[in-house]
Amino acid sequence: MEYDKFIGKYVGRTELRVDAYGKVTGRAKYSADLAPKDSYVAKVLHSTIGNGEVVSIDIEEAKKVDGVVGVFTCFDVPDIEFPTAGHPYSLDPGHRDLCDRHLLNKRVRYYGDDIAAVVALDEVAATKALKKIKVEYKEYPVFTTAREGLDKNATPLHPNLFKDNVIAHIDFKTDKDFDYDKAMEEAKKQYGAENLVEIVKNVKTPLISHSHLELPVSYAYVDTNGKITVVASTQIPHIVRRCVAHALGVPMGKVRIIKPYIGGGFGNKQDALYEPLNAWLTTKVNGHPVLLEISREETIVSTRTRHRMDADIKGVCTKDGKLLFRKITNYVANGGYASHGNSITAKCAGIFKNLYKNPMGCSSEAYTVYTNSPTSGAMRAYGVPQSVSFAETLADDLCFKAGLDPYKFRMDNIVEEGFKDGGNVFYTYGLKDAMKIGHDHIKWEEKREKYKNQTGNIRRGVGMCCFMYQTAVWPISLEVSGVRMILNQDGSMQLQIGATEIGQGADTVFSQIAAETTGITFDKVYIMSTQDTDLTPYDSGAYGSRQSYVCGNAIHKCGQIFKKNILEYAIHMKPEYKVEDLDVDNNNVIIKKSGEVILTMAELATNAIYEKDGLNNHIHAEASIETTTNTFASGCCFVDIEIDMKLGLITIKDIINVHDSGTILNPALAIAQVHGGMSMSLGYAMSEELLVDEKTGRVLNDNWLDYKIPTAMDSPDFHVEFVNMKDPTGGYGNKALGEPPAVPPAVAVRNAVLNATGCMMNEFPMTSQRLVAEFKKQGLI
Amino acid sequence: MAKHFVKMNVNGKDVEVAVDDRESLLDTLRNQLNLTSVKKGCEVGECGACSVLLEGRCLDSCIYLSMWAEGKHIITVEGLTDENGELTDVQKEFIKQAAVQCGFCTPGFILKAVELVGDNKPYSREEIKRLISGNLCRCTGYMNIVTAIEHAIAHNMKKLGIDYKVSSGFSSLEEKEDSLEEKAKELYKKY
Amino acid sequence: MFDMKWFHEASSVDDAIEWLKKDEDAEIISGGTDVLIWMREGKYAGKALVSIHNIPELKGISLEQNGDIVIRPATNFYNITHNDIIQKYMKSLGEAVDMVGGPQTRWAGTIGGNICNGATSAESASTMSAFDANIELKGPNGIRVVPISNWYLGPGKTVKDRCEVVTKFIIPKSNYENFYGYYIKYGKRKAMEITTLGCSCLVKLDDKKTKIEDIKLAYGVANPIPKRVVEGENFAKGKMLKDIDEQFLKEYSEAALSGTNPRDSWRASKDFRIQLIKELAIRTLKESISRAGGKING
Repeated sequence: MEYDKFIGKYVGRTELRVDAYGKVTGRAKYSADLAPKDSYVAKVLHSTIGNGEVVSIDIEEAKKVDGVVGVFTCFDVPDIEFPTAGHPYSLDPGHRDLCDRHLLNKRVRYYGDDIAAVVALDEVAATKALKKIKVEYKEYPVFTTAREGLDKNATPLHPNLFKDNVIAHIDFKTDKDFDYDKAMEEAKKQYGAENLVEIVKNVKTPLISHSHLELPVSYAYVDTNGKITVVASTQIPHIVRRCVAHALGVPMGKVRIIKPYIGGGFGNKQDALYEPLNAWLTTKVNGHPVLLEISREETIVSTRTRHRMDADIKGVCTKDGKLLFRKITNYVANGGYASHGNSITAKCAGIFKNLYKNPMGCSSEAYTVYTNSPTSGAMRAYGVPQSVSFAETLADDLCFKAGLDPYKFRMDNIVEEGFKDGGNVFYTYGLKDAMKIGHDHIKWEEKREKYKNQTGNIRRGVGMCCFMYQTAVWPISLEVSGVRMILNQDGSMQLQIGATEIGQGADTVFSQIAAETTGITFDKVYIMSTQDTDLTPYDSGAYGSRQSYVCGNAIHKCGQIFKKNILEYAIHMKPEYKVEDLDVDNNNVIIKKSGEVILTMAELATNAIYEKDGLNNHIHAEASIETTTNTFASGCCFVDIEIDMKLGLITIKDIINVHDSGTILNPALAIAQVHGGMSMSLGYAMSEELLVDEKTGRVLNDNWLDYKIPTAMDSPDFHVEFVNMKDPTGGYGNKALGEPPAVPPAVAVRNAVLNATGCMMNEFPMTSQRLVAEFKKQGLI
Repeated sequence: MAKHFVKMNVNGKDVEVAVDDRESLLDTLRNQLNLTSVKKGCEVGECGACSVLLEGRCLDSCIYLSMWAEGKHIITVEGLTDENGELTDVQKEFIKQAAVQCGFCTPGFILKAVELVGDNKPYSREEIKRLISGNLCRCTGYMNIVTAIEHAIAHNMKKLGIDYKVSSGFSSLEEKEDSLEEKAKELYKKY
Repeated sequence: MFDMKWFHEASSVDDAIEWLKKDEDAEIISGGTDVLIWMREGKYAGKALVSIHNIPELKGISLEQNGDIVIRPATNFYNITHNDIIQKYMKSLGEAVDMVGGPQTRWAGTIGGNICNGATSAESASTMSAFDANIELKGPNGIRVVPISNWYLGPGKTVKDRCEVVTKFIIPKSNYENFYGYYIKYGKRKAMEITTLGCSCLVKLDDKKTKIEDIKLAYGVANPIPKRVVEGENFAKGKMLKDIDEQFLKEYSEAALSGTNPRDSWRASKDFRIQLIKELAIRTLKESISRAGGKING
């Protein structure tokens, strides 16, 4: 298929990663690599109860341990409750993130809550001291699920904020008067009861750990200028600065956050995690550097997770395949603290409603509830993997029951081009083309036919899943991004941005966009990979698949100003030309029409800085943009699986993701990004699940042996295709791609299981145990 | 706690380090020898981010005592490039095949790949997946890592005169291998 | 840095025993893949360590003059898998230990540690049980030999005294000669996995390859300790291959199940373990027969 696409000199082409050399030689430094050798080591004491209060803490024995510098408890921290979510601040008080935690907490809301910290000369001393701290608790009954949290008898975890545990209750409706039962009556009248098919079911999605390889490390010190400085593995340095200032009760200018290379984040580091505590600890030890390197176990339990959701779903279609109306009530366990609060639930609810045309309406209701379990926050695709676990299993179940083809059903009922929801618009629409590509790749009809009426232990199935996804977060939140370009004396460019490289390849595509826009070649663009709130312009950071859209557009804008500044200086040197006659290409100022070179960039730059012409012209440009558009990305996954029924083992025989993400800025990096998302989704499909003990709230599998992310042996080869068309809203026409790959594979696999076995698996992950139990229940084994 | 002098050869150089008996090799390499490519990911041998080559074989240095390293040859990623900064085939292929993302698992995978290339065996994709299964990656889904290792093995097989077919790598890219090779050369020049 | 009381690198088995006797907190460390993890998580925090890492007499595999195979405990998993004697006579053991963790663990970890940790999930344990290995120990009171069937006392517990060092695993010739086996480790992932259920089968056919002359069937995790399940063995012993059909296999798997005591845990439900016990019994038997050169219809 041919589309109006953008392929420039750099944008739209594969360039090798700008940070690859540093990363393959081990020279790329991450936070822990940079910590001063004489740093003190901090360790955190976590609660060993799931719900209650710290009555007293005895630290006398701990303080006596050789090498201990200080022991600090929840009774010592400032009485300030602060927010942690990686959202821009809102001037509207009603839209601000909830302030619901102290640096260390007397009120224990989950098993693993932070209640004290030790600072010591080394790790062994800190660990020994932790063991000597004696804590006396008052305990309350533990509730770990959203439904339990809604019970009137559940202790309110944040009584100063809410009288119950409900963070939010929403109901997004296509029409405020929509009522499922009324719609049913109406449908019966219109189509006849015998022509309707209904599915009523419950779907559960798992609590998931991001499992980035680098732990959320930070070290903090007070600099010579009095600034509280935190070097941290974070996706959102500017937001962390605000959260740290808030938590410590100091002005923002007094806080500096530095972000070196980071070893993955996937949304976990889109939260202020231990940076505020670390910032406070250094102030308690005279500003000496303090390294706070939490363990893998602590990362799994005490940072953030993907929300566990439990949804009652129903929907009705006609026997000939028209989807009529749907309703979902989603119970979302948020854990002990709000973190991103209701926003993830809301995104989940919105996509459920929007993914299909709802000729007779839809209600997407949800409760976000505090629970005594690990705090859930942002994780790659922000509630949308769960959303399609509801919408796309419902679609297939309806098809199965009605004997319809799921591909054709989607072609007929799925969201159409130009769809609008508030400020979000489906401008370029590649969803159906993506489906066509996936359908052809997997040989849909042929396999559906072949896989009919199977018996025996080895069975095959094909399945699919679609999604749509907002690009960036406007209009829900502010979208701004700042960029600075500086011309070096040799004609190369310094590129400074506030947006963060977290592994996704942002620095590389930013360099490509800068080169494309300015005419300075890619190899002469030096991007500053370290974000430093004292040095780099403001940007809210890596989340929401926003950076290549928002920061990309800011670079586009800044690049145009930068080029104009260069050309204005060029006519100072060559007064015979006018700015509009000239251009920059391949590090030269050229005459637009003829392409003739009149100045090299090095000549121009050297002259601009050193010429005593009274202009004092150090050529640079700055731009900051606020984005006020949003465009939907979309796509799908198709999969062909084999099941060993008696052992409940699923093998992926073929899998393809097709993405409608506008211009593909760098195909090789885009493909790699999609691979990673697909892998993550297969973990969600089959093996990943944090288990929380119902009685105590303790996480049972807080390590990588028992929490099972896919290994190389569990990972098939992935196919990736793009519907590559230029979107009208962006500088180069790109849409979201960072998060979407992690959305559809899990449900495609689930729907393939349905195709293979007739079993509707409604609890993720589909572990062997769950599959075997279902196959037995259905009498298949 | 007792300290002992441990003599070892690290990245081709003989070193003698005063090691606390309680130190893991990970601690010693990172904190005393400043070899920070050796990463701490889980501290219990589950992720492979701290892999080092010890006598040519990959080990998780987080669960290996430095006291045992006496007389051993150890290689970290810092020791792979020659004095001119020339990269090994493994490193070049990791760059070319887009096998690097956040980069945190990369040193461990590269050392594992160096070990596999050194085996002089024509490993299949499935065998490679099995042999790298002690290293976890959350960014790449492993696909490009396996492809990069295949290509690195291919260079070695060519030298050995053994027939070896690699998968296509960037099959869905419009650009071909040659142009990437050129871009790779440019990139290496920049450093 | 580990929370360790003191450390001693032993030069010989006798030296190790001497140092173990010195301090009640002293424990043996060999490959470190278990002990250092326990030390970090707290179970072994503050313990003193006597290392047998560098004792040459504890490494290697040999075929003795009487035909017995001797595996020394500090041999790592990799070297067991790639050893010619193992590949020829005890292939299923080589395959079993090739499923431990990942490649790095298989290079560092040792079979001695795998058997001494007393875990029912240990990859080598069910296969070593199927082979009826004998375990030679040396301690302050001299040398003794314990059959593996008497080795395990309970989860994580063995008859080994704290001051004893395992010096040999001995597999008598009659236990491996003409036996062909297969091991399945069932884990949730394909690597870096703790065994949900392990099943090891060894089969000896008659000369004409028509009959199961002898069979050993052992499980890990099906019972609190790894052990042979004679209920299953007796059911299949003497069976003509031509009579092995689906019905027989079903009954065989039920017989095997009757010798186990699977439990519910958060790692796996009892029902699921029962399913695995039965299904793996069938699959290991079929593959073992095939490896022994036999043919069945089922």
